[in-house]
Amino acid sequence: MASKLIEKRQLSENVFQMVFEAAKIARKRRAGQFVVIRIHEQGERIPLTIADADPMRGTITIVFQRVGKTTYHLSMLEVGDEVMDIVGPMGKPTNIEKVGTVACIGGGVGVAPVYPITEAMKAAGNYVISIIGARDKGLVIMEDEMRSVSDELIVATDDGSYGFHGFVSQALEEEVIKKGKHVDQAVAIGPVPMMKAVCDTTRKYDIPTIVSLNSIMVDATGMCGACRVSVGGKTRFVCVDGPEFDGHQVDFKQLIDRQRIYLEQERLSLERYLETLRKEGRGS
Amino acid sequence: MNAKERMKIPRQAMPEQDPKVRSRNFDEVPYGYTAELAKKEALRCLNCPRPFCVEGCPVEIDIPAFINLIADGDFVGAAKKIKEKNALPAICGRVCPQEIQCEQRCVRGKKGEPVAIGRLERFAADYERSQGEVEIPEIAGPTGKKVAIVGSGPAGLTVAGDLVKLGHDVTIFEALHKPGGVLVYGIPEFRLPKDIVASEIDYLKRMGVKIETSYVIGKTSTIDELFQEGYDAIFLGVGAGLPVFMGIPGENLNGVYSANEYLTRANLMKAYLFPEYDTPIVKGRNVAVIGGGNVAMDSARTALRLGADNVYLVYRRSEKEMPARLEEIHHAKEEGINFQLLTNPKRYIGDDKGWVVGIECLRMELGEPDESGRRRPVPIEGSEFVLDVDTVVVAIGTRANPLVQATTPGLELNKWGYIVADEETGKTSREGVFAGGDIVTGSATVILAMGAGRKAARAIHEYLMDKK
Ligand SMILES: Cc1cc2nc3c(=O)[nH]c(=O)nc-3n(C[C@H](O)[C@H](O)[C@H](O)COP(=O)(O)OP(=O)(O)OC[C@H]3O[C@@H](n4cnc5c(N)ncnc54)[C@H](O)[C@@H]3O)c2cc1C
Ligand SMILES: Cc1cc2nc3c(=O)[nH]c(=O)nc-3n(C[C@H](O)[C@H](O)[C@H](O)COP(=O)(O)OP(=O)(O)OC[C@H]3O[C@@H](n4cnc5c(N)ncnc54)[C@H](O)[C@@H]3O)c2cc1C
Ligand code: SF4
Ligand code: SF4
Ligand code: FES
Repeated sequence: MASKLIEKRQLSENVFQMVFEAAKIARKRRAGQFVVIRIHEQGERIPLTIADADPMRGTITIVFQRVGKTTYHLSMLEVGDEVMDIVGPMGKPTNIEKVGTVACIGGGVGVAPVYPITEAMKAAGNYVISIIGARDKGLVIMEDEMRSVSDELIVATDDGSYGFHGFVSQALEEEVIKKGKHVDQAVAIGPVPMMKAVCDTTRKYDIPTIVSLNSIMVDATGMCGACRVSVGGKTRFVCVDGPEFDGHQVDFKQLIDRQRIYLEQERLSLERYLETLRKEGRGS
Repeated sequence: MNAKERMKIPRQAMPEQDPKVRSRNFDEVPYGYTAELAKKEALRCLNCPRPFCVEGCPVEIDIPAFINLIADGDFVGAAKKIKEKNALPAICGRVCPQEIQCEQRCVRGKKGEPVAIGRLERFAADYERSQGEVEIPEIAGPTGKKVAIVGSGPAGLTVAGDLVKLGHDVTIFEALHKPGGVLVYGIPEFRLPKDIVASEIDYLKRMGVKIETSYVIGKTSTIDELFQEGYDAIFLGVGAGLPVFMGIPGENLNGVYSANEYLTRANLMKAYLFPEYDTPIVKGRNVAVIGGGNVAMDSARTALRLGADNVYLVYRRSEKEMPARLEEIHHAKEEGINFQLLTNPKRYIGDDKGWVVGIECLRMELGEPDESGRRRPVPIEGSEFVLDVDTVVVAIGTRANPLVQATTPGLELNKWGYIVADEETGKTSREGVFAGGDIVTGSATVILAMGAGRKAARAIHEYLMDKK
């Protein structure tokens, strides 16, 4: 199904928020699920988490970081433009339960996928401590949104330009656990090294931790196996068995290796795209 | 022409691209018969009073009748004759395993070579298409009944065509962004050009079939929601899409693909045209494909066309047991695929960056026959050796994808997760829900999926007309 872009906002230098018309998906989606977007006929299919949805208006919101050709192309779309295909909601929804205190941790653009989970955890009656982090102050996104669905919010920056000075995993340990706040469950979404660091911390304190994995995907229906990861020594397909897994069981090294399969082609593809933008005088 | 003269005509070869040239391009391998060759081949048919060939065709095409029309030069008439029984002749003529179906039963095969029924079928269909837009058949008046079809592979397309002709309101829901099922994501361009599939789908659309792509049943909507939305009957033709791995060490290394992923990248996403198209694929120099079916042949020949220097086909039995179509095995050999028969991978060897660099293999010998009647391969102790490769494609089969089943209460499945459906009607354990094709039988063939679709369409029609 083609889908029209109806709102666009730049959240930081490379992070964009977009609202698309997608009535069926808006009605069905639950926290933790994602869509697959293909922009144009020659385009690839990329997975993006549904950060928010409005079933009444029939819209979904995505927040993405431009890292390569496809996300760059997406960021160049203007309100009124269409993407050729948008399909979903894919993946299993997050298991939302009242467990007591939940730490919702988002790193970088990972704050976007953590947001709907945080909202649902709070609505289920949990006490929610959120920790969001970024490299520096300018890259912190969705702070107000996160604050509105959390009981406590900690902002962490790697360079200390805002809030806690350090990584989100350190903020969790220093500002929450060591201050005697008991955490029953953690949810961590962000770059793989960040999720790994959080899991290393929570393992020490025996805190069950859910992570959302961003493996490379093609169909996202369980048909190709591109997205496979080892979890607890077993091969699982992120698109249909996940995207969320027990972080203490995930083979992060393998995930990182597999994300790098197309590094060279991805670079070539982006360079070519930026070159055409320059020729059209649209480069930035 | 009398029988004796007919007997003298040898089977006509189909002109095709030179193996050296074609192994580096994605264009279709055979060019197809010319009108002259087709007529000549058609004259080989003896017009048997009891044509055994027809019994060998799962959809019972009136083979002598259409071949006669070709001999008479009425090519469009021949195509129409075929279409009474088979809606997708350009496809079946290309991909049916004729040597175990129609052509196996042809009397001319007893002494010498059978009539080239598949090639003639393909010729008639291609000729009709070359004459401009194919005329659509008469459509019955609207019945007011709505049918949802899940999956746009050969099974779903057949049901759609049959039911729309009978006046039902038909919508196909397809998870991917292009309709066609395995015909578009699996079978490569050089064997089945995608514009042929597109023109068949266009034909269905002109008959009134609606197609919703990028719509996943079980996710975007469930079966129960379709009923709530007013569909009177549902056909499930979702195929057997779940890739199987062997469960040996190293299978998640970079450069190890399932055939589904490899072929989907190459065909559906057109990764062979990267960077014109955005989807990348690993272009290995030394590629091993594991398996011996059509999927393995397609993967091996795709690897060659992506520029590989060496492509090994690693198969644990001997060539005689290979399930692939004879023509594909023949083409693969001509193109220089290196067959490593009676060989099985034991583990994949990786480097420190997680990339595959080799396969440790075992040589096998054939032992006693197993359940399938084929002799069981047993490993030869101490026969380990390493094949140096940078890409591996695992093509050892597929299983049922559980997306629909998981969200449809009351749908009976067998122990492997396939949907249980009546062989004659496609009826499942849920009222108003029918199923057919690979999701019922496990991976089979295009023509069997179409045959199941035809039977289900008949049963759905009866069900709809009985229902008040
Ligand atoms: C379930 C899921 C949800 C996701 N949600 C979000 C989200 O909400 N916001 C967001 O910004 N990103 C999200 N991602 C990651 C996003 O899909 C990738 O950033 C995107 O595909 C990159 O495409 P590209 O062409 O711009 O970059 P590329 O040039 O293709 O790649 C650049 C980098 O992105 C990684 N990458 C490439 N392809 C994929 C892929 N198909 N999936 C994942 N990573 C890939 C590569 O490892 C590489 O490091 C999600 C991924 C998954 C699997
Ligand atoms: C590489 C390859 C080569 C082959 N070569 C040959 C050959 O030469 N000759 C031959 O006769 N056979 C061949 N086959 C087998 C043949 O293609 C299949 O038996 C046939 O396509 C099965 O048809 P189907 O309609 O049952 O399913 P499929 O063709 O598998 O189509 C199923 C469709 O359903 C869609 N779907 C699945 N789940 C959902 C859902 N939840 N919602 C919506 N849509 C869904 C899928 O995306 C797919 O498009 C080959 C198969 C492969 C993979
Ligand atoms: S449909 Fe297949 S089996 Fe039947 S006649 Fe044609 S090629 Fe032969
Ligand atoms: S069995 Fe062979 S010779 Fe006889 S009618 Fe069929 S195709 Fe012709
Ligand atoms: S993306 Fe293809 S199986 Fe998960």
